[in-house]
Amino acid sequence: MYKIVKKSSLNPTVTYMEIEAPLVARKAEPGQFIILRVDENCERIPLTIADYDRVKGTVSIIFQIVGATTQKLNAKNEGEFIEDFAGPLGKPTELEGLKKVCIVGGGVGCAIALPIAKKLHEMGAEVTSIIGFRTKDLVILEDEFRKCSTNFYIMTDDGSYGTQGNVCAPLNEMFSENKTFDEVITIGPLIMMKFVVMAVKPTGIPCTVSMNPIMIDGTGMCGGCRLTLIRDGERITKFACVDGPDFNGYEIDFDEAMSRSLMYKEFEIKEHEKECNLLKGVN
Amino acid sequence: MANFNMQPNKNEMPMQDPIARGKNFSEVALGYTEEQAINEANRCINCKNPQCVQGCPVAVNIPAFINEIKNNNIDGAYAIIANTSNLPAICGRVCPQETQCEAKCLRGIKGEPVAIGRLERYVADNAKVKSSEIKEKNGHKVAVVGSGPAGLTCAGDLIKLGYDVTVYEAFHTEGGVLVYGIPEFRLPKKIVKEEVDKLKEMGVEFVHNVIIGKTLTIDELFEMGFEAVFVGSGAGLPNFMGIPGESYKGVYSANEFLTRSNLMKAYREDATTPIMKGGKVAVVGGGNVAMDAARTALRLGAEKVTIIYRRSMEELPARKEEVENAIEEGIEFKLLCNPVKIDAYFNENDKRDPKNGFVKSITAIKMELGEPDENGRRRPVPVPNSEFETEVNTVIIAIGTSPNPLIKDTTSGLDVNRRGGIIVTEEGATTKEGVYAGGDAVTGASTVISAMGAGKTAAKAIDEYISKKA
Repeated sequence: MYKIVKKSSLNPTVTYMEIEAPLVARKAEPGQFIILRVDENCERIPLTIADYDRVKGTVSIIFQIVGATTQKLNAKNEGEFIEDFAGPLGKPTELEGLKKVCIVGGGVGCAIALPIAKKLHEMGAEVTSIIGFRTKDLVILEDEFRKCSTNFYIMTDDGSYGTQGNVCAPLNEMFSENKTFDEVITIGPLIMMKFVVMAVKPTGIPCTVSMNPIMIDGTGMCGGCRLTLIRDGERITKFACVDGPDFNGYEIDFDEAMSRSLMYKEFEIKEHEKECNLLKGVN
Repeated sequence: MANFNMQPNKNEMPMQDPIARGKNFSEVALGYTEEQAINEANRCINCKNPQCVQGCPVAVNIPAFINEIKNNNIDGAYAIIANTSNLPAICGRVCPQETQCEAKCLRGIKGEPVAIGRLERYVADNAKVKSSEIKEKNGHKVAVVGSGPAGLTCAGDLIKLGYDVTVYEAFHTEGGVLVYGIPEFRLPKKIVKEEVDKLKEMGVEFVHNVIIGKTLTIDELFEMGFEAVFVGSGAGLPNFMGIPGESYKGVYSANEFLTRSNLMKAYREDATTPIMKGGKVAVVGGGNVAMDAARTALRLGAEKVTIIYRRSMEELPARKEEVENAIEEGIEFKLLCNPVKIDAYFNENDKRDPKNGFVKSITAIKMELGEPDENGRRRPVPVPNSEFETEVNTVIIAIGTSPNPLIKDTTSGLDVNRRGGIIVTEEGATTKEGVYAGGDAVTGASTVISAMGAGKTAAKAIDEYISKKA
């Protein structure tokens, strides 16, 4: 059992939790994830590590309330316990030697992008952060990003906050001014990452994407998280849990990944409704 | 002297009706009654030089325990089995006896062999006293990685020898493949739990949610004071065929399909883990895992389940009893066929059609058996222009696994072979001092009993290693 030591709401659908898990905290690095199970009857779900405190022995997660499981998780309060919490899983994001990096985060993906931005900042790298949201109410972690970024852009789709437009707009603008980076790291919805990769591609700057497919065990056993890389015309199957979650964005078959991510959409809608009838009509 | 029962055939195993059982997850085989067990035991002619024992990877003293059944001394029979096997209720259910103990039984020459597996299960299920002798604590600590059959066996043997044993499990529950892989109808979870609980009573400590190679490394286990480590981390990543369409929605690895159903209980109405149910299902492969996946799909409500296997019935590697059960339950076998592609539904006029990207058919090519390969098995070769398409909604790929890289990648000095399996000596010692390994992590996908055999061998080697050092 793992204790929830802190919980706060970042926006109406995104929650922050700090969990006591000393063994995970000891090893956690940016880019890695954990697998948790809220209670005996819940699914195992992967969540990327948003922060960790090796001294306190805690690991922070930030999650969007999207389905039955995240809803159950959100119903837990400070001082209560989660049944299972295992990790850190996946390979850490490779940051060594990077001096000038652009981090592009979208929606709740910003929670994953933040520890990377922070670590790069601590390493003395110049960090340009672009974070994007649908609308003002969904903005999270703005101050935290500002603190560790040399250049900072915030975008909303509807223009209710920051600059109106998507995250590719400032990227394209910088590229047109011949600004360059050692690497662009992007984390967010698949469709956003696909477009970021397309925007970066003409510059030839390495572009890393963080994939978050459906997983069950997370330890390299089930193969549910498989995705396809296209390298020199050849299709290669990789497993996000042990080979990733970071991949070379130029190689990912995004269309396939997007299709696979919808495998249980109908099931999830049904479960979500079962869990909370109050939410009907909101989504 | 005893009157042997010379009836040529085994006492039949009482089973759930094939039609009824195709719709539930309760155990298929119900177990012998006392009368059947004693009658079957009397078929054993107590050979002077019992071949059956040699056929058993953990060398259970088979004639001796059968003799106790003849006297209706079930606790006595249990004590004999428990001398060498820590998991009799499991072995009695899932061992491929027909290629091991029973293959060597003299009664099998003129008729059927003694039903050793069924008798073992009878003893395990009916014994009242199940205690084992435990030596005094010797103060030495051993870590076991993984709580599948190899790890449980190794832990059981070491605790009996007086060691302090801690088992690290990556998942939220113990049992490894026994709980995520083998379905309820073949091995009830309750049985696994009882065997694990027995080990807990004996003093084995289990730690969940620790992934060795990630949460802790092997080197850290030594720093923590363990003097030896046994790696029984099991089979790893599922293999795929490398044919077009394997990433469409509705294509599963058997590991994923079975894990969703077994470990995550997707077969229950109240489960929150989704799984595709119903429709037409194709399972690719011919091993036990393929049979388990096919029969699970049937129980989840599939209209039709077809097994596609590239060799013939004779070469099917699955346990014979499970193949027979599958046939009885109405699973169709398309033998001498090999899939070449999987197609999905696409609505040209509506890119947002929710059915887009879901499997609609599998195309296979007919095969014929050619020259024997290096293992003596006749190699299947495709028959030109014999492709045919079958309409399906779900495809489950059960063609084996490749070892998990997590431990290898984080343990210096631990060598693996070119397929990724950990290299070990006959005693189970790896190339790293104090580290032993066994089961699928070494061999790639194999059987429960061979993993148990490896766990046993390694426990002995670990005992010798630590005794010598001390």
